[in-house]
Amino acid sequence: MSTTVPSTQQIEVEETIKRIQTHKGVHGFVIVSNDGSFVRSTIDNSTTMSLTGLIRTLSDKAKSCVRDLDPQNDLTFFRIRTKKQEILVAPDKDYLTIVLQANEQH
Amino acid sequence: MPTRGGLEKKSTQAVVNGSVPAPRRTSQLPRNSIMGNFRDDEQDFGNMPELSDEALRPIRPDDQLKLTEAELNEEHTRILTTRNPQAAENIVRYSYKDRMYKPIPHIDQLAIHFQLDGNLILRDSDEGRRQIARDGGEYSIDDDEEEEEDIQTTIAATEIDEDAAAKEGDEDEEEKSQKPSAVVSKTKKLTNQFNFSERASQTYNNPCRDRETFVEQTPRAVFSDNVSQWAIFDAYNEDYDLQQKVKEKEQKKILAKKDEEKKKKFVAVDLSGDDMAKYARSKAASVSLKIIERMINQNTFDEIAQDFKYWEDAADEYREQEGSLLPLWNFQYELTKKLSCTHLTWNSQYSDMFAVAFGSYDFLKQAHGIILIFSLKNPSFPEYIYQTESGVMCLDFHHTHSNLLCCGFYDGSVAVYNVADDTKRPKYQSSARNGKHTDPVWQVRWQKDDLDANFNFYSVSSDGRVVCWTIVKSDLMYHDIVQLKLEQAVEEPEEAVPLTTLGCGTCFDFNKQQDYLFIVGTEEGKIHKCSKSYNNQFLDTFDAHHMAVYAVRWNCFHPKIFISCSADWTVKIWDINYKVPLFVYDLGSAVGDVAWAPYSSTVFAACTADGKIFVFDLNVNKYEALTEQIVVQKKRTKLTHIAFNQKHPVLLAGDDRGNVTSLKLSPNLRKKPKVKKGQDVNEGPEAESVKLDKILALIRDPDDTKSKAVPPQQQIGTTPLSATS
Repeated sequence: MSTTVPSTQQIEVEETIKRIQTHKGVHGFVIVSNDGSFVRSTIDNSTTMSLTGLIRTLSDKAKSCVRDLDPQNDLTFFRIRTKKQEILVAPDKDYLTIVLQANEQH
Repeated sequence: MPTRGGLEKKSTQAVVNGSVPAPRRTSQLPRNSIMGNFRDDEQDFGNMPELSDEALRPIRPDDQLKLTEAELNEEHTRILTTRNPQAAENIVRYSYKDRMYKPIPHIDQLAIHFQLDGNLILRDSDEGRRQIARDGGEYSIDDDEEEEEDIQTTIAATEIDEDAAAKEGDEDEEEKSQKPSAVVSKTKKLTNQFNFSERASQTYNNPCRDRETFVEQTPRAVFSDNVSQWAIFDAYNEDYDLQQKVKEKEQKKILAKKDEEKKKKFVAVDLSGDDMAKYARSKAASVSLKIIERMINQNTFDEIAQDFKYWEDAADEYREQEGSLLPLWNFQYELTKKLSCTHLTWNSQYSDMFAVAFGSYDFLKQAHGIILIFSLKNPSFPEYIYQTESGVMCLDFHHTHSNLLCCGFYDGSVAVYNVADDTKRPKYQSSARNGKHTDPVWQVRWQKDDLDANFNFYSVSSDGRVVCWTIVKSDLMYHDIVQLKLEQAVEEPEEAVPLTTLGCGTCFDFNKQQDYLFIVGTEEGKIHKCSKSYNNQFLDTFDAHHMAVYAVRWNCFHPKIFISCSADWTVKIWDINYKVPLFVYDLGSAVGDVAWAPYSSTVFAACTADGKIFVFDLNVNKYEALTEQIVVQKKRTKLTHIAFNQKHPVLLAGDDRGNVTSLKLSPNLRKKPKVKKGQDVNEGPEAESVKLDKILALIRDPDDTKSKAVPPQQQIGTTPLSATS
């Protein structure tokens, strides 16, 4: 039922995703669910798979680290800045959102 | 006498002598016997008796052990014991009781020299009898039997003998053959005990068969997990939540339960959407998406973010009385390009959130309006967007419930939005029946909750009314507070009935310390001091400006000072008790808005229609602006509103092209007064008002104003306000 009439939240989410994808410097955007299925991806399949697999293990490790230090705390966000780009990861209870953004040149 | 040598020599010589005595072993002879004393060759057989018989003479073998006399006389004791010399003496056995090796107490001294196992069995024993029986004969004295057999055979033989003597051989053979046959017939054949045959039988073995069946494999999955402190914590939390839910359910009635079930069913159907739909529905996912967007923006606008946080204009150290404004982010939205910013307000609770109202000031070109709520964390897109039918002229966030936003429209209605709601419709809206203004509402302001703890806000409009709106049980009720009557009626022809026309209110502000007191600015240029309790009369009126008053603001700290700006290019600072303004500034262009700084009682900023922003600090320079800066991108853009941020040194400026620019104030503009050593540092509102008082005191005294503007911080103490002018 809801697929025919998207809720406002759904519309907003779609718009946000569109904005992110067209933002300056962003050249990759992946949303993966925790059971491994891709919700959204703008890069080719094989790269997506390898990226998500690796990022997921790292995210789990980071999350475990944060929560081990204080179980009431939780990981909201982390960035990996590499020479070529910046990988932004937002782990979530059910999903994992990854964005690849080019580094700003000063 | 035989020679000695003869004895020593072999017996051959003895043979020569004749009779040879049997050579006897010398060991056989008793030692101490006369004969036994043998000596060396050289020695004589001294003791040897003369023996007549030469045969008895001892013969010494050649390889005999030769001992000396003394040795020969040595007595060797020999004891015959029952000890076996060959038996071991130190046999040890392991004792499990003592757990050690212990020597056997008694060692067997039996020495077996020869052992032969025989195979003879006593005839009379059991075994013997058994064997005989097995061999076929009765147990009887076999001798007799044999004798009988012999007799028989011999008889047979003799009988036959008579028959044929020539057949003796044959008979003999017969005898022989008979004998054994007789033996065989009588006794059983002697079976060889060692040569036996075995009889075995084998049952029929059924052939083995294998039967197999394959079952469909139960689906398996490998499961692994890590346990850590937070996993345990989560599990406990879930359990606790579950318990709470159960408790709640128990408290609710059964009907409620049914409702929930129905809802659950509905939801189950909903979730059959695709992945994207599920994702979009997940709240947590949208939160993380939001965070991602903000982070991307932070990356993109990284420099600006750094500037916002850390940049301080170093040049301010050299410029004593000047400051600057650093442009930070620029907030735009595509739908507002044609609209003017009509109001700016920061959120009371979140210091990075602000609301912008868009509408149009042009009387002829009235279009729709938009309310945008931005966050500094995401400069590229507003957080909330509300579209309205008519232009929005003013906004205000509630001071405690920062999700409530009241706004006034060009068409005279007011509305209250709940930002936290998902819907884009206002929560309350006034209508024509409901006290809607007949002219644009120029300003709205929330007030403290009334006695019934209802929310209420005020609005002022060009129709000359100041109205108080109260939200009572999801309804908006209005209540006229003041009507802005014109003091002088418009000139009318004498025949006509004089109408009391109302002035047009354009702005108002409530005193921060005394809530009931407020000032209203009008389009005629007057400012009225009013009270909430007096409906019909103004407490006071100021002839402030020649043209419409665009903004009036009370000072944040000082309860008596307020500032006003107008289209007549001036900004004036007033004391509520005095009709004459304290300060007048001419800014060269219509001043759209003026605002006091929240951190200092002497700093204020004004924006003009030629795109400039002026920042003044009365403490530093009473007559000139510290900063005069153009902040708009394009020329001929009017700045319409400005607003200071409570927390950060940031100024927002809205213009008539739908842009909002944020600017950072340089340190010179944020100065707090220097404190002399020894004086206490008085921070806080009181100090600010004291500071302002000092300045005002200078102004009041005409003598002082002529002298150089000595910075008031060097003055000690406050001089009382003298009623001059």
